[in-house]
Amino acid sequence: MSTEDKQLYTVSIYTENNIGLLNRISAIFQRRHINIESLNTSPSEIEGVSKFTIVVNIDEVNIKKIIGQIEKQVEVIKAYYHNLDQIIYQISGLFKIKSELLFEEPQIQNIIKESNARIVTVNKAFFILEKSGRKEEIVQMYNQLSKFGIMQYTRSGLIAVTKEEMKISSLLESYNN
Amino acid sequence: METQTIKSQGKTNKATERISGSEAIVRCLIEEGVDILYGYPGGAIMPVYDELYKYQGKIHHVLTRHEQGATHSAQGYARISGKVGVAIATSGPGATNLITGIADAQIDSTPMVCITGQVASHLLGSDAFQETDIVGISTPVTKWNCQITKAEDIPIVMAKAFYIAKSGRPGPVLVDITKDAQFEEFDFAYEKCTHVRSYNPVPTTDIIKVKEAADLINAAKKPLIVWGQGVILGKAEEEFKAVVEKSGIPAAWTILGASAIPTSHPLNVGMVGMHGNYAPNVLTNECDLLIAIGMRFDDRVTGSLSTYAKQAKVIHFEIDPAEIDKNVKSDVAVLGDAKKSLEELLPFLEEKSHTDWHQKFKDLYQIEYDKVIKNDLYPTKEGLTMAEVLKEINIKSEGKAAIVTDVGQHQMIACRYADFNVSKSNITSGGLGTMGFGLPAAIGAKMAAPDREVVSISGDGGYQMTIQELGTIFQQKAAVKVVVLNNDFLGMVRQWQQLFFDKRYASTEMVNPNFVAIAEGYYIKARKVTKREELAEAVAEMMQSKEAYFLEVCVEKEDNVFPMIPTGASVSDIRLE
Repeated sequence: MSTEDKQLYTVSIYTENNIGLLNRISAIFQRRHINIESLNTSPSEIEGVSKFTIVVNIDEVNIKKIIGQIEKQVEVIKAYYHNLDQIIYQISGLFKIKSELLFEEPQIQNIIKESNARIVTVNKAFFILEKSGRKEEIVQMYNQLSKFGIMQYTRSGLIAVTKEEMKISSLLESYNN
Repeated sequence: METQTIKSQGKTNKATERISGSEAIVRCLIEEGVDILYGYPGGAIMPVYDELYKYQGKIHHVLTRHEQGATHSAQGYARISGKVGVAIATSGPGATNLITGIADAQIDSTPMVCITGQVASHLLGSDAFQETDIVGISTPVTKWNCQITKAEDIPIVMAKAFYIAKSGRPGPVLVDITKDAQFEEFDFAYEKCTHVRSYNPVPTTDIIKVKEAADLINAAKKPLIVWGQGVILGKAEEEFKAVVEKSGIPAAWTILGASAIPTSHPLNVGMVGMHGNYAPNVLTNECDLLIAIGMRFDDRVTGSLSTYAKQAKVIHFEIDPAEIDKNVKSDVAVLGDAKKSLEELLPFLEEKSHTDWHQKFKDLYQIEYDKVIKNDLYPTKEGLTMAEVLKEINIKSEGKAAIVTDVGQHQMIACRYADFNVSKSNITSGGLGTMGFGLPAAIGAKMAAPDREVVSISGDGGYQMTIQELGTIFQQKAAVKVVVLNNDFLGMVRQWQQLFFDKRYASTEMVNPNFVAIAEGYYIKARKVTKREELAEAVAEMMQSKEAYFLEVCVEKEDNVFPMIPTGASVSDIRLE
């Protein structure tokens, strides 16, 4: 697998909400030495059906094989892969910063304004900034703020919906028949 | 959560009866038609054993001498009966001892349900005595697994376990049950599982793909079929034979595909792979169409993928969509059950004979015969060969015995030289290559088919890995014929050391015990053969025995298995010496 062919793929997996399934799915990546860039699980639009969103850097031949292995798991309803052009996605970053900086460093206020970040809470000791968007935007904000000192920083996995319709409901109906 | 999902899927209206979880386990097994199971008791599974004691008229528990033996026996049982094999063990070390057999069953697609006891649910995760996270440990090697902490979940989980184990591409399932769930009483009712929402075990066969496959087959000048265990698992032997005979295509088998059509069938051109036959390996890289049926292009079959059948178009008949294009890219993939796909394919096929193409197989067979087979079967040197033992077994059993092999040189020799004239006659560990598989698997095979002659063939290495199962043979009066081909070496590793490591025989020479005395210690009739003159008579005595029989044959110490495709080489670069 040459590195040039690799790109970021988003894997969307619709599953039953069962204990242990995360283990089964992550093991598929682990066995093949594929590093998971980010992972998010949440309920999906269908009651009782969970959705995994996993981002990996891989080539298309191998992502197809991975999808096959994932779909093979008994409790997986359907798995898809998309490149970043085929999805609408967001990630979220949280920044904890000393409160005094908010007043002493006017530049910080400018950063907040220009980046459309949101102040989640403020107290005497610190304030929390939240910024949603593409990864580059969160990273850019991190770079801008880091020179003033960040007490804590964390970034979520990617959450995504596809531009194309994913017919899970009708698929489930066909399984039930 | 597991319980909620399971509950929502199990809509049972049957009359209920208040019983304990442990009794429910046994009742579930009976409902699923299990009449025999293999296992080993221990603290966390004792309530279930207590119920087995009560139900011993309906279900026979075989006490193996090690939990690994229980899984291999269950595998042997499953492989020959086509039913689900069942193994049972306690928590902790009992459960972990099942793992080798589970991994073996997973890679060889063997339907098996393993039941493990678990510490009480309030102790889970506390490193309690004999606690292991067996669900976590077994996840990568099971088709499905589940932990039960409430008795009321038992019927639904057990029904699902059996359904998943045997449907589609079969595999092992593990159900772990906490001890409190075994004691707890609940209202029991049982309904077999016929459907799991997220699971589509048999993909629908697309008739358009079948026609595309037929067109390619009809147009091919030099087609070759390679079939695997999918034909046997799909109970498609008849349909497969009809397809082979109508199309007139030479057909070769993978190790687990052996016996789907008889060895003696004129279109059966032998085994493919590392120690397979010369002709099908060489001609894989000359055929214009490769038709893979129920096989998964294992690396032991393909050798180097960069050269494997590159000139050929590839048709892949397969039940598991994840196998399509996994190792070898196919031009036409026909998904579905082998029986149905082949049945649908047959009417579209033109009758052909491919005479010139067949001649190539015959010519290459002659080369293999002169260089290898003749010397193996009719040696002129003093030392006994492994192949001549197989030859005698073929003669005395008329090629009808089920051959259960361990792993190593003897396994390859057995697969190469045994006559497989009845389907499900080659019970061996293919994908995992599990030494120690043979002896316990033979016990299960014999119990599944008491009317068939079951011959276990092991090397001196693998035999000692599960030698304690002689105790099971003795206690169960299982009339297994046990043959050990003793060369005082871990022969296959020694062969590799000879060929690829300058004859540096690092830790492969074995100083062996008195095998006959050990067998006799278990009250099993035993005999040792060291000379060619004794062989035929000894094999005859073994085959005539109504009881278990142990035969040790001292074979040539440094004999090699040829042909051979060295790892990473092309299949057409197969070596004859």
